[in-house]
Amino acid sequence: MSYKVTEEDNISTVHLDGEIDMDVTEKAKEIIMPLIEAKKEVHLNLKEVQYMDSSGISVLIESHQKATELGTKVVLKEISKSVLKVIMMAKLEQILNLD
Amino acid sequence: MNVAIKSITEQRDFVVSSSSLKEVRSFSREVFEKVNINQDLKDELVLAIAEAAQNIVKHAYQGEDTDDKMEIKISLENGQLEIGFFDKGRPVEEKNVRHRKIDDIKPGGLGTFFIQQIMDAVVFKEGEKPWINHLVLTKNLNS
Repeated sequence: MSYKVTEEDNISTVHLDGEIDMDVTEKAKEIIMPLIEAKKEVHLNLKEVQYMDSSGISVLIESHQKATELGTKVVLKEISKSVLKVIMMAKLEQILNLD
Repeated sequence: MNVAIKSITEQRDFVVSSSSLKEVRSFSREVFEKVNINQDLKDELVLAIAEAAQNIVKHAYQGEDTDDKMEIKISLENGQLEIGFFDKGRPVEEKNVRHRKIDDIKPGGLGTFFIQQIMDAVVFKEGEKPWINHLVLTKNLNS
């Protein structure tokens, strides 16, 4: 997995690239969580994520819940077909902020 | 559903580690490339296999470093897919393996839910020596 973070106003956009599994979830959290803790609105661009498993979904849930707790939000942008399928399989499309 | 190859059996060993999961997916994709099923189903089967392998790393070995190997065997016979997982970790008790309630939104506990969603049957067996656990996932690809 690789990533790029861009900042605009109070929105941080994290562009994730590659496959997100148990092996990279800690790295993903290290990137995303500090942005949420800084109370920024975080956009996760998932266009280039070709695979996500339950560990990756857990990162999305944890990020969403942390953001809600801190009064900000995480928005999922340009979700790839394969990731959307897993989000729907987990029945999270009404819970997470999908754009 | 049309299955191009009527019979196939492939197996491979992987070190029990989260860093092996990518290799597990590559192996699974290679095998399913030989089978004439649609890409969505291939992706689902790869996810189920990777989730089961992840459960071995997370639960049978509780994330501990080990040199132990796990074995994955994919067999297809007349459209009946059987995927076997063999490991030497802690014995898995089937009654302890359950996914979280799907409307209880929290991180974790989804892997087993995905496996059950994708596969027709999930059976835990006692492994024959040298294995401790033997998990069998099955799916009828003809339906």
